Amino acid sequence: MTNSTAYHVQTRTRASTAAGIAAGIIILVLIVLPAFASRGLIQDMFFILTMLVLAQFWNLLAGYGGLVSVGQQAFVGMGAYTLFGAAILWGIDPIWALPLGGLVALAVAVPTAFFVFRLQGAYFAIGTWVVAEVVRLCVAQWKAVGGGSGTSLPRNVTGDMMGLTFVQDLFGVRAAAAADIVTYWLALVLAVLTIGGIYWLLRTKSGLALAAVRDNVEAAKALGVNAARMKWLVFLTASFGTGVAGALIYLQKGRISPDAAFSVNDWTAYVIFIVVIGGIGTIEGPIIGVIVFFLLQSFFADFGAWYLMALGALGIVIMLFAPKGLWGLFSDKTNIQLFPIRRRLSGGIITQTEE
Amino acid sequence: MIWVDTLVQGILLGGLYALFAAGLSLVFGIMRLVNLAHGDLIILGAYLILVIVSVLGLNPFLAALVALPLMFCFGWVLQRVVLNRVLGEDILPPLLVTFGLSVVIQNALQEGFTSDSQRLRPGPVESASLDLGIVTVGVMPLLTFASAILVIVGLNQLFYRTALGRAFRATSDDPVTAQLMGIRPDNLFAVATGIAMVVVTIAAMYLGVRANFDPTIGPARLIYAFEAVIIGGLGSLWGTLAGGVIIGVAQTMGAAINPEWQILAGHVAFLVVLLIRPRGLFPRAQD
Repeated sequence: MTNSTAYHVQTRTRASTAAGIAAGIIILVLIVLPAFASRGLIQDMFFILTMLVLAQFWNLLAGYGGLVSVGQQAFVGMGAYTLFGAAILWGIDPIWALPLGGLVALAVAVPTAFFVFRLQGAYFAIGTWVVAEVVRLCVAQWKAVGGGSGTSLPRNVTGDMMGLTFVQDLFGVRAAAAADIVTYWLALVLAVLTIGGIYWLLRTKSGLALAAVRDNVEAAKALGVNAARMKWLVFLTASFGTGVAGALIYLQKGRISPDAAFSVNDWTAYVIFIVVIGGIGTIEGPIIGVIVFFLLQSFFADFGAWYLMALGALGIVIMLFAPKGLWGLFSDKTNIQLFPIRRRLSGGIITQTEE
Repeated sequence: MIWVDTLVQGILLGGLYALFAAGLSLVFGIMRLVNLAHGDLIILGAYLILVIVSVLGLNPFLAALVALPLMFCFGWVLQRVVLNRVLGEDILPPLLVTFGLSVVIQNALQEGFTSDSQRLRPGPVESASLDLGIVTVGVMPLLTFASAILVIVGLNQLFYRTALGRAFRATSDDPVTAQLMGIRPDNLFAVATGIAMVVVTIAAMYLGVRANFDPTIGPARLIYAFEAVIIGGLGSLWGTLAGGVIIGVAQTMGAAINPEWQILAGHVAFLVVLLIRPRGLFPRAQD
């Protein structure tokens, strides 16, 4: 038997197959979770899932694209304000306003990229921060949504939200609890799409090009990779996703102000810690990181400033002594990768000689 | 008339921003490190001066003199123990470590001094002013600007007239060859950060005398400093002063039109310069 496809390229491993099955089961459990979970747990899960989305997109930027942004709050805030503007001023159903939030964030990202791509490395980081400040100060001038002091989402906006009565009837809960369930499901969909989408992207040819640019720009260019195009691709993708997540977060919060929606601590510092603690440059890292972050927050948040100080110190220590984060430590020891992207050759000569 | 006054106030404010920026520029020039905690270190310096004022009962000017060596040592240790470990090709570790440091300093100050705003009180000089005919200027802003010029002259003298400055420049140009000439970069970097902290302390004193401060305002100072450095062009201290002046004038002009536009106007000026001259007005370093 002669085999014309003697070699084949494979990324799947046994661990990744098991992880795929486990992920399917976890997603199923998370879908039916509102049937038996308390409202508090649903809200906690919403927080975890939305932070996970933000962390995955920041990881795509910094870990894969080499673009260390400290200005992602610009896109969270733009997404959120788009939702409020669309719902309050134009009466658009908030569910439809979510993708709109992503699109507006994308629209802001284009001129932003034009400015910040002129800056290299660390200066890029502060450049994104400046742009985020500019966006915050401009939005604070928007009097129709409360200017500098912010505004609340009117009760009827969430009350008339698509799917709300269905959930109310399904679980026999009041409107407020039903709204939490709807936003939770949306967060779940967003998280699954984000992780799935990023994993897909990294396994395509573009993903390979991205990794090449990250590892060595000059070598990648020499092989014909368009490095500038990859940077744009990653930056715009991340801004869209971050915008949608921002809109969803503020749909659930129901109250917005420029200082909160454009907070560098909430939407960038925490996200960076999640990625760094979990392990930068891996898809597993942010997942581990967000769980660790949530546990730390639930046990120690009462300590206020001490907690944040410890979080900052933990980030420094991990960066100094275990720069690949918790998942990196685990993965290096066990050689397990749940979302492998490395291509391996198999088959070929070995199968030929077996004949 | 009002515009001349606004312009002069803006130029003098630029002196303060140049002081914020000089330390940042120095550290970047020598070791290509961007310290995201720079703004918080300025605020830390202001609190240190405040503590010295209240414990020893000194005037803020004298207290700053006491703080100078302390901050130098702090910078030296910080560089030796933490920052030297993260220098290298990869830009991620220094960014994330200094970002973590920023969070730690902010919250430590919050815990130690609460979030109440504080002020340094130097006495009658605070409200003294000088009539220059066309405009009347405050003595403190004038002193700030003069100090900025002195600091820049001093740093330039250090760079181009001393053996230490030669070692700085050599390491900045080519660290490997500099080591062959007997220079120890880790020690040199620690001295550089120490000197940057001395500049930070001077900036901190003028910041504290000029306006109220609290633990959360560090990041905004970092942004002003960064804008001044980029506008001026990397590697040029006089450029940094020009950058500070541009930010300062833009801010006071913006505020004169609408008080809400003060900060925004500064940022917009920065973006405009970035658009027209991506490498700054007086670029020198080739990075």
